[in-house]
Amino acid sequence: MSNKFIVEPAPHIRSGNTTSMIMLHVIIALTPALIASVIIFGARALLLTITCVTTCVICEYFFRVIAKREQTVTDLSAVVTGMILAFNLPVTLPLYMAALGSVVAIVLVKQAFGGIGQNFANPAAVGRIVLMLSFPSHMSSYAVPFYYQSGIDIKTSATPLGLEAGDVIPSVKELFFGIHGGSLGETCAFALLLGFAYLLVMKIVRPIIPIVFVGTVAIGTAISGGDAVFSMLSGGLLLGAIFMATDYTTNPMTLAGKVVFAVGCGVITLVIRLLGSMPEGVVFSILVMNILTPYIDKMTRPRPLGMKKTPKEPKEDKREI
Amino acid sequence: MALNAVRLPHLKTSAEKKTIKLFLPQKVIISLSQNIGAPCEPLVKKGDTVLTGQVIGDSNAFVSVPIHASVSGTVTDETEILSASGKLSKAIVITTDSLQTMHKSVAPPNVTDRESFLKAVRDSGSVGLGGAGFPTHVKLSYDAKKTPVDTLIINGAECEPFITSDYREIMENTQNILDGISLVMKYLDIPRTVVGIEKDKPKAIEKLRELTASIPEISILPLPLKYPQGAEKILIHQTTGKLIKEGELPLNAGCMVLNISTVSFLSEYIKTGVPLIKRRLTIDGDIVNEPKNVFVPVGITLSELLKIANTRVAPDRILFGGPMMGSCVYDMNTPVTKTTGALLLFGNSKIHKESACIRCGKCIHVCSMNLSPIELNIAFDRNNVELLKKLRVNLCMNCAACSYICPAKRNVSEKNNMAKGLLR
Repeated sequence: MSNKFIVEPAPHIRSGNTTSMIMLHVIIALTPALIASVIIFGARALLLTITCVTTCVICEYFFRVIAKREQTVTDLSAVVTGMILAFNLPVTLPLYMAALGSVVAIVLVKQAFGGIGQNFANPAAVGRIVLMLSFPSHMSSYAVPFYYQSGIDIKTSATPLGLEAGDVIPSVKELFFGIHGGSLGETCAFALLLGFAYLLVMKIVRPIIPIVFVGTVAIGTAISGGDAVFSMLSGGLLLGAIFMATDYTTNPMTLAGKVVFAVGCGVITLVIRLLGSMPEGVVFSILVMNILTPYIDKMTRPRPLGMKKTPKEPKEDKREI
Repeated sequence: MALNAVRLPHLKTSAEKKTIKLFLPQKVIISLSQNIGAPCEPLVKKGDTVLTGQVIGDSNAFVSVPIHASVSGTVTDETEILSASGKLSKAIVITTDSLQTMHKSVAPPNVTDRESFLKAVRDSGSVGLGGAGFPTHVKLSYDAKKTPVDTLIINGAECEPFITSDYREIMENTQNILDGISLVMKYLDIPRTVVGIEKDKPKAIEKLRELTASIPEISILPLPLKYPQGAEKILIHQTTGKLIKEGELPLNAGCMVLNISTVSFLSEYIKTGVPLIKRRLTIDGDIVNEPKNVFVPVGITLSELLKIANTRVAPDRILFGGPMMGSCVYDMNTPVTKTTGALLLFGNSKIHKESACIRCGKCIHVCSMNLSPIELNIAFDRNNVELLKKLRVNLCMNCAACSYICPAKRNVSEKNNMAKGLLR
């Protein structure tokens, strides 16, 4: 008999759930949107995604090596960040810009704050915002769907939210299947919802944030006299609500907190869409609510079962006589 | 209101096998600290001859019960041992003569009223057999005027994976259980009893329902298959809907919880006078060829148990107790105590490697006590005692559901346990 035994604190059985497993499920859930983007915008969509993912993974790997921290690249979270960031970019964006966005997301937002679980905001959201502010014209020139089949040079069109008077408004069917201008992963609502369904079935995310977020935007749009269906299917709302607002690290942990977070995201998105000078506000709303998350968490702490209030100790009188 | 809980695999592979008769080892090491409360002082010394059932340790303290010799033989040593929970305690080593001659004190006690019943319960050496080891007579000696009990709750949940010893007690000694319940109800004047059993034991529920069909005071309640149903506060909530407030006892809510094997033992003691010297032990684990339940004498050591375990490969992880709350043992001299419910053996098991917390919040969603384990862990890391108090780390019952569910495999529950140490 071997005379070495494992001595470990209880419990001695663990659930099969692991961080890398969760990330793998998210990658699978993102795949329909990736396929849709390749169909709609051509092979360059894939090239852009590969660029972002590769840059993210390399950044993560070398940061951990240089910082002499435990290697975390195998948890696949960098792959998820790369994919989501790519989905937020227009297909025509130069590759070096995409790579730059990835460096910002991984190094600045994630690793500089301590790596997975420590980032204060969604890395992909900040990556997109930095690129939008640095290269506004590149980031807002969206390719026409199926431009690659026509043989002519890339034609650009506005996203449905950026349409001006006289432009042709896409039909609901076109919106649903993503046959309109936009960043590469956000246009096809069908593919995104497919991914959402997968996440729900695998119990990776709770449905509350996407539903409340999208619901708030839809109701708010309807009240202000807009088209609720159009507001739900256009812009980055579904991508943001399903894949970015639900990022574990940067949203509140309790159900009540998640509701507050999602309503906040919805209201800020609405305000930017209706009143702001930019056509889209989803990533900004997510960033703002990310920053508020620690406070929401504090306010929505679960109440321990059978808790009794601690009698307040009289405060010392510190006034000087 | 449904409480948070977690679903666990059941793994009750030893459930349908009849308990194997008493297995007698060559020597036993009987710990003198087998209950919550004061440890006992030895009443025998090296060289003494002892008989089965003889009192070999006792204490004057109220929260304590006598300890009896589980075998007949000779006291060959007085020693100190490391218990499964990591505490040092005095112990008496008895080398058996394999005769199991009963001591003359072993005779059915004369029980006529509440006083004599409580004395008999103390003399029996009875403690909570579910694992806590709280002296039964202390639990029963409540002041009926101050805190009357209207509901006796019998804990047959057995919510830990693998363990089936309570289930076997129900299947093999059903009448004893009912007699035990009647005794407690009669002498303590409790009008009503609820027996809580997890739904994965349909045969046990059916059997008890059949036998209690004509007894309206006793009802059988199937419990959902969610861990931890067997925790006292959770069980009280499930059976009566009452919440035990922070710092209060079940008595404050008019409830008393007894383990199903404990009541069964009480009735057997009243009938035969044989004190608590043996216990049913589930032997299971992923390398055990024939998962089973065996009766073993209290004090049987790990090395003797491994002889009867019949494993495919050598174990590298040995547990006393269930996989959720049991402890790893490694000393071959570690003895079984009154509260050891299982011996679990695992081979080729790996040490769980912790990775960074990803703030998924799953630990919050499984915590039956509605705590925030993740925040408790952070408060502990920062040595923030005030925050630990505010977040009520004292309410954590170490069910380990949070550690079980954690995708980063963090020892969340263990850290909460250490945090409780900071409050003292």
